[in-house]
Amino acid sequence: MKQFTQKHLLGIKDITVDDIELIFETADGFKTVINRPIKKVPSLRDVTIANIFFENSTRTRISFELAQKRLSADTVNFAASYSSVSKGETLIDTVNNILAMKVDMVVMRHPAPGAAIFLSQHINANIINAGDGTHEHPTQALLDAFSIREKFGNVNGKKVVIVGDILHSRVAISNIICLKKLGAEVMVCGPTTLIPKHIESLGVKVETDLMKALNWCDVANMLRIQLERQDIKYFPSLREYSMLYGLDKKRLDSLDKEIVVMHPGPINRGVEITSDVADSKHAIILDQVENGVAIRMAVMYLLASQQ
Amino acid sequence: MNSKIILEKKQFSIVIDRLCYELIEKHGSFENTAIIGLQPRGTFFARRILKRLVEITENEKLLYGELDISFYRDDFRRGKEQIVPNAMKINFTVESKKVILIDDVLYTGRSIRSALDALVDFGRPEKVELMVLIDRRFSRHLPIQPDYTGITVDTRANDKVKVEWKENSKADVASIISN
Repeated sequence: MKQFTQKHLLGIKDITVDDIELIFETADGFKTVINRPIKKVPSLRDVTIANIFFENSTRTRISFELAQKRLSADTVNFAASYSSVSKGETLIDTVNNILAMKVDMVVMRHPAPGAAIFLSQHINANIINAGDGTHEHPTQALLDAFSIREKFGNVNGKKVVIVGDILHSRVAISNIICLKKLGAEVMVCGPTTLIPKHIESLGVKVETDLMKALNWCDVANMLRIQLERQDIKYFPSLREYSMLYGLDKKRLDSLDKEIVVMHPGPINRGVEITSDVADSKHAIILDQVENGVAIRMAVMYLLASQQ
Repeated sequence: MNSKIILEKKQFSIVIDRLCYELIEKHGSFENTAIIGLQPRGTFFARRILKRLVEITENEKLLYGELDISFYRDDFRRGKEQIVPNAMKINFTVESKKVILIDDVLYTGRSIRSALDALVDFGRPEKVELMVLIDRRFSRHLPIQPDYTGITVDTRANDKVKVEWKENSKADVASIISN
């Protein structure tokens, strides 16, 4: 009998390959649900979920919220800027106060790496990490792998290159771990300044030439340049970055094969990816968004069933 | 452990034939009728019924779907076992249609309650009927009865009724396993 082994989803690092497969199988079921005329199931009708976002997010928050509504869960939303956090309350106090109102599950995004793990050690509720600083973003990695699986039928053996700001990207770290667990080959590509030292220890190839990377891969995951996390200049200008590492139609057409283009959003059009590529048939960016809802439904459904 | 066979190969086809003729008697040309098997195990029986109905009526256009009740079950968060969903294959609405739900074993009636819940998410059927291969009578937790029954058996609560199909096992056989 298949069984989900986790009480929380803190990072891809902690979950097993069987867990990932179970999440995918469950998400298949939810994907048919969200494509029906009536897009809702009653599974989580006695579950209350708090969405606590200490950092800005549009896509992830809406995706989680929609997933919760499609599962019939009750939700409360909490954005740090409006809250007592600005009055000096600690993280544990804030969350405990919310839990005292009988909340079963917490979805949290926080700028500090490890915040979700810290919370899980002190709080008695299911915790889902919706991004903790530059550490992990597990649901994004799951939906990316799920989208690759949907496109190719399998993740095993596929060659995936992650291009861009690897240094500040939790999406990159979670993606690398998730794809490696599922048997894919992973390469990172970007300016040397944005590639963390010793990244090879995660079992990935490193390439600084975008064309070489594109010629090697089946899938290119173009990451956003996270200017808000860059305290110093890592490259001379955005224009130079986009000349060297931006994906445009010309580069795509010069390859002797078709590759799939992914992007975790939000897109900086004209920086890491040009509009004609983002809107082309190569891009599965909007499929990723759709799959995000199904994956998050699956994760919350599986965690809720643990109680 | 004690296993008693209640249906075997030949009886399977006799029962399926009889149930098909009962359906034809009631639904005629199946113009406005949809046949829906319950995932995961009811679909083996439902596909068998469908196949035989097509043979008898020579009507290839019977509406057929498979319903998964995982997300509608009332023991979610209460049981120890993980509920893993199966494929939902209904590419029509059931609005104003007569629906025949098909499952292999009717026991407490809770699966059928979940199925009724799941079904209304595909529209408002004109009528819903229930066909089961084996009815474990006097064991219902809910007021649900079948309209078409293969065989009726008396069982104790800790007995298990197991139905195996050629498609997923060696042969067609149904048995009661008691401890």
